[in-house]
Amino acid sequence: MTEHAIVVENLTKRFGKGEQAVLAVDNLSLQVRAGEVFGLLGPNGAGKTTTIRMLSALIAPTSGRAVVAGHEIGKEDMDVRRKVGILTETPGMYDQLSAERNLAFFAALYDVADIPGQVEKYLRMLGLWARRGDEVGEFSKGMRQKLAIARALLHEPPVLYLDEPTSGLDPEAARLVREFIAELRQQGRTIIMCTHNLDEADRLCDRVGVFKARLLALDTPANLRGQLFGRMVVFHLAQAEPRLAEAVSGFDFVQKAELIDQKLVVTLDDPEAHNPAIIRRLVEAGAELRFVGEVRRSLEDVYLHLMDKEEGNHG
Amino acid sequence: MDKVWVMVRKEWAEVFKNRFVFFSVAFMPLLFIAIPLGVLYSMRGASPEQALGLSEIPPEFMALCGDLAGADCAQFFLVSQFLMLFLLMPVIIPVTIASYSIVGEKRTRTLEPLLAAPISTLQLLAGKALGAALPAVFVTWGAYIVFVIGAVWITGSSVIAAQLLKPLWLLAIAVVGPLLSVAAVSLAVMVSSRVNDPRVAEQISALVMLPVLGLFMGQTFGLIQVDQSVVVWLALVLVLVDAALLTLAIQLFQRETILTRWK
Ligand SMILES: Nc1ncnc2c1ncn2[C@@H]1O[C@H](COP(=O)(O)OP(=O)(O)O)[C@@H](O)[C@H]1O
Ligand SMILES: [Mg+2]
Repeated sequence: MTEHAIVVENLTKRFGKGEQAVLAVDNLSLQVRAGEVFGLLGPNGAGKTTTIRMLSALIAPTSGRAVVAGHEIGKEDMDVRRKVGILTETPGMYDQLSAERNLAFFAALYDVADIPGQVEKYLRMLGLWARRGDEVGEFSKGMRQKLAIARALLHEPPVLYLDEPTSGLDPEAARLVREFIAELRQQGRTIIMCTHNLDEADRLCDRVGVFKARLLALDTPANLRGQLFGRMVVFHLAQAEPRLAEAVSGFDFVQKAELIDQKLVVTLDDPEAHNPAIIRRLVEAGAELRFVGEVRRSLEDVYLHLMDKEEGNHG
Repeated sequence: MDKVWVMVRKEWAEVFKNRFVFFSVAFMPLLFIAIPLGVLYSMRGASPEQALGLSEIPPEFMALCGDLAGADCAQFFLVSQFLMLFLLMPVIIPVTIASYSIVGEKRTRTLEPLLAAPISTLQLLAGKALGAALPAVFVTWGAYIVFVIGAVWITGSSVIAAQLLKPLWLLAIAVVGPLLSVAAVSLAVMVSSRVNDPRVAEQISALVMLPVLGLFMGQTFGLIQVDQSVVVWLALVLVLVDAALLTLAIQLFQRETILTRWK
């Protein structure tokens, strides 16, 4: 027994043959712990949806293997499907049927024992109970998305895939969906979330795999930021003097200190802890500080950096 | 089997909300009963030649009439032509339902969530096929029963009823009709996978009607006599055609194919 809910080994998917073959997923290996929210972060066409489809036993990998909730894809596909809930990239609903009827249908396909009970539970949880009798064709995009999330949860799957859960939603609806995902995270479900929204990955995921056909980096959002760049604090000075940079470089927690115009840019690991000491030393050295701020490196920088490198590698 | 039935019920709940589908399932049979009954009604008591507007009944048909003579034979001839209507119903109805259902599934993008569920593709296909074929078969049988009762009532003779209850008709309605439905559904599944307009899917799949139409055209022109042995042969050929079409449809109805090629 492992505590890994998902184990992926050298998973590869190639579409087509010969010249026009597309290598959508190239030798992907990763493990997702039970209860973890794992973000698959990559641009359009990176192979996120293809990965999710392979891990839900919807399409067969060209090579490699994966075990999801204890069942190997390609060998125990029906078991995989039973254990997995999926919010597909384009979450389709039967427009002519009511929200309730849509969910009841899928619940029956998933052999849910208490269909009315589960349907009610999730309709209420997602704030759609009052509209249960309305045809889904009349629903807004956000409501449909919520209904699709409800559908993915009806059979209480231990593993949940969310393929771009907030894409195309207005900010308000996106926020509601994000809050709901945060709630699911509390419940200890194992979630793989595909996104090209970096902020979302940053906020919701325990670990993030930056992905473009191949896995380019894999770590917690904080580590990814730190690993690649450290954090940077910028001190705006009245006069720039090289000796100020030297004074600060003396600290062993400072990775780098350089003067750029009137600014001293310091790279270090834990600014909250060390900024006071730096400020004290600068003042002692006679510096006149006008302003102190952090250069926020977002996951976006990490991401763009990795994508640039990837472009470089492939000409 | 449970899940097939779950599928079928969903199909019905959804597809009958479409007014074209509803029309073809509800009104077409009414029309197809009304036409022959109307004709029978209008030719009561007329001479055979007047009634038919033909110079003569094809001699082969005269032979078939056996001991029926005059007006009765003319009526019998007409009624035999009406059999065509009852063989068109089991084609048109399932083609309409299946086309709207499959193209609809593509339009609403429900295929992927559907295929992600723990249901085999065979159960899915069976659900779709039964959802389309069962209404056709039941409607046809119902229409046939209403037609027989109506015909007896209008002609006031049991002669016509006796003809309508002959093995020729029973075989056609009970066996050939359902076999035609299966062919129609299989074709509709294949065609619908390739097109995005249910009406186009419907029209192409409705080509299954052509052999039926051809057969009865042939009878009108005296080229062929649709008798019991023709119907038996038709049934046998249809069994083979159905097997071939179903095999093709099942091959096409694979998860990965549906997801990646049905656009
Ligand atoms: N059925 C398919 N046939 C051919 N190529 C495909 C198919 N599905 C996806 N692809 C290709 O595989 C790559 C990855 O696609 P996808 O998994 O949808 O990426 P993402 O979800 O990250 O945007 C793309 O180049 C896409 O064009
Ligand atoms: Mg995608």
